[in-house]
Amino acid sequence: MSTQPLRNLLERAFPDATELDVIDRTGGGDHFQVIVTAPSLSGLSLVEQHRRVYEALSAPLGDGTIHELRIKTKGAG
Amino acid sequence: MSYSDKIKDVIETSDVALFMKGTPSFVMCGNSDRALQALRRAGAPVTAVDILPDPQIRQDLSTISGWPTIPQVFVRGELVGGADIVEELEQNGELAATLREKLGDGYAAERDETTVALA
Repeated sequence: MSTQPLRNLLERAFPDATELDVIDRTGGGDHFQVIVTAPSLSGLSLVEQHRRVYEALSAPLGDGTIHELRIKTKGAG
Repeated sequence: MSYSDKIKDVIETSDVALFMKGTPSFVMCGNSDRALQALRRAGAPVTAVDILPDPQIRQDLSTISGWPTIPQVFVRGELVGGADIVEELEQNGELAATLREKLGDGYAAERDETTVALA
């Protein structure tokens, strides 16, 4: 899978994102690094922030499209 | 058969529970290793559970925790996160602070690693 469908899902989940990036770590289309900075994440624990990312990507996580996901989130924009 | 009761028991009775692919002496996944190494650097005692022997272990674990990926780290029953979070908390010092707060100042002195087999 290319990074664009993942980016679309994240943009829908975090319309307020000031930073949003999806990197294919290996070029194989299944190991991804996701970076999200959004004011809507402010005040949430890292566990809750990552949960929001998992929720946004539940479809590609559930069907095995994403084999490995690294997440970097920040609250304040 | 369900592993839920055994999983809950490990989560609730361990100072630090690490659900991982493989064991500390034979780690089968880079992310499980990242979490393990961060816990070691922080001096955390580790009770490790290998989720690989039966796919049902991972399913039951994720149902309990609401966390979809492996590894998963719990301190005194509370989900701390996966490899990314544990590394980040280790680097900014919050992991050691949490361990001190929940386990007491001398937690690192009694550090040990045990492996629990569920299957």
